[in-house]
Amino acid sequence: MARTTPTPPDSPTIDAVGLAERVARFKARSLKAASKVSALKLALSMIDLTTLEGRDTPGKVRQLCRKAVRPDPADPSLPHVAAVCVYPTLVRVAKDALSGTKVRVASVATAFPSGQADLAPRLDEIRYAVAEGADEIDMVISRGKFLCGDHAAVFDEIAACKDACGEAHLKVILETGELHTYDNVRRASDLAMEAGADFIKTSTGKVSPAATPEVTLVMLQAIQDFHARTGRMVGMKPAGGIRDAKTAVTFLVMLRETLGPAWLTPEWFRFGASTLTNDILMQLTKQRTGHYQSARDYTND
Amino acid sequence: MSTRIPVLKTYKLYIGGQFPRTESGRAIALEGRGGRHVANYCRASRKDLRNAVVAARKAQSGWAGKTAYLRGQILYRTAEMLEGRAAQFAEELRLQGDSASGARKEVDAAIELLIHYAGWTDKYTQVFGTVNPVASPHFNFSVPEPTGVIGVVAPESPGLLGLVAGVAPLLAGGNACVVLASATHPLSAVTFAEVLNDSDLPGGVVNILTGLRQEILPTMATHKDIDGIAAYGTNAAEQTLIAENAALNVKRVALHPADALDGDPFRIMEFQEIKTTWHPVAIR
Repeated sequence: MARTTPTPPDSPTIDAVGLAERVARFKARSLKAASKVSALKLALSMIDLTTLEGRDTPGKVRQLCRKAVRPDPADPSLPHVAAVCVYPTLVRVAKDALSGTKVRVASVATAFPSGQADLAPRLDEIRYAVAEGADEIDMVISRGKFLCGDHAAVFDEIAACKDACGEAHLKVILETGELHTYDNVRRASDLAMEAGADFIKTSTGKVSPAATPEVTLVMLQAIQDFHARTGRMVGMKPAGGIRDAKTAVTFLVMLRETLGPAWLTPEWFRFGASTLTNDILMQLTKQRTGHYQSARDYTND
Repeated sequence: MSTRIPVLKTYKLYIGGQFPRTESGRAIALEGRGGRHVANYCRASRKDLRNAVVAARKAQSGWAGKTAYLRGQILYRTAEMLEGRAAQFAEELRLQGDSASGARKEVDAAIELLIHYAGWTDKYTQVFGTVNPVASPHFNFSVPEPTGVIGVVAPESPGLLGLVAGVAPLLAGGNACVVLASATHPLSAVTFAEVLNDSDLPGGVVNILTGLRQEILPTMATHKDIDGIAAYGTNAAEQTLIAENAALNVKRVALHPADALDGDPFRIMEFQEIKTTWHPVAIR
């Protein structure tokens, strides 16, 4: 392993007031109906359909996989979602259920959601998930170490996880809700990208606040600067708390205006969500039929 | 001597236990007797209706889950609150063009009606539920349960009594509702919302929109998360619109003339589903 901790702290500090102001402007954008429909379809295709509960069963995961492949049985023209995200022990189930489709299987690993375990078993968990067939690994960083200022340890663990992933893509969860400041979010983003992350991701979904537009914008700007400096594209995944279609579209506007059209694909941007899917389907049906929909008409994962 | 500029009331909507302005930012100037400008009120949009339905759906199960006794207490408290503000309501009705004596009578009737339905909350299931004779060793019960979220089109007049007559039986029966208030008497509807809000009625159980019927009714009729429509004083075209679109998700529809405000207990049953349960008789 030839990687070393980058010379930071060269991460810039974040102007929280300016950030809030800019986000408020993104939220105020109005969209024409036609653009809205294409944005909703794009958002749908970017979803990592997620179930991360202690009560998950193979049956539930299979059901989720069917939904991933054809989100709305009444409208086969809609795209499939990007991936299904599950715990490592259910990766095999998801992989089998999704064989022959282009939906990928993502697995959380590394003592998700706390990350409070020794590095060796966390790496083993990644290798296990990859061996079971995971295409993507969502790891959590050690927030405790990060907040102690032990950035080198965090860098090393991300780098080690990247190696353990092999061919699988690595998404690094910063758990921004526990990092307290935007400066920390920015620094953790820079650290993760330097250490080899393919994606940076806001949250586990187990801590609130999760993917606020503000932290997402901080991370998008970090990706932009990293790309300008190194030429390498890194993906972004806001996760947790994005429940309605309107919020999702705001994120897409933000993405388009920060990183540009190259990132506007499921390859470079994902939503970690479960309830968002139904709201997007309801909005798409509303656009098609003109009638407001009932949540009761959509499958409850 | 201080001369104070009077604080004029901004009449807003009532959605999810809050008083927001319409998201569309539009307002309508209300004219009283002789074309005098009385107040501005919100012209609700389709999106306000959507928001109201979301709030109603969220609140409905909690309301239905409260004990019948508590629902009665809350309705009774609404009547108490209305009694306490009777003079204000009478004055407001007068501003909207009613005669002084008529306005006072209307407020009294509204209070009576609320008390009446408050009493029905813990009785209607006994009166309308049945024990059915069956030819097997079972008890067989049929009990009414609330339909869910109901859209109410209030009559243009009477402004307060019409609204209360539309809403009270639904509340007694555990439904949540989204009400389109009278366009000629919108002010009493908004003030009545304040009464509801002061009566421990959980937010979202009643949502009140003011605006134009031709704008809101089509959306209400097609909305698939509304389970029924109770419409008072509608014309033939409006009735056809409701009937045709209610078929989309098989809404229950109850059409009444504007003056059907008599406290009929069967009004509760219009938006109840009958659930029948079989229970085995103990083997001796």
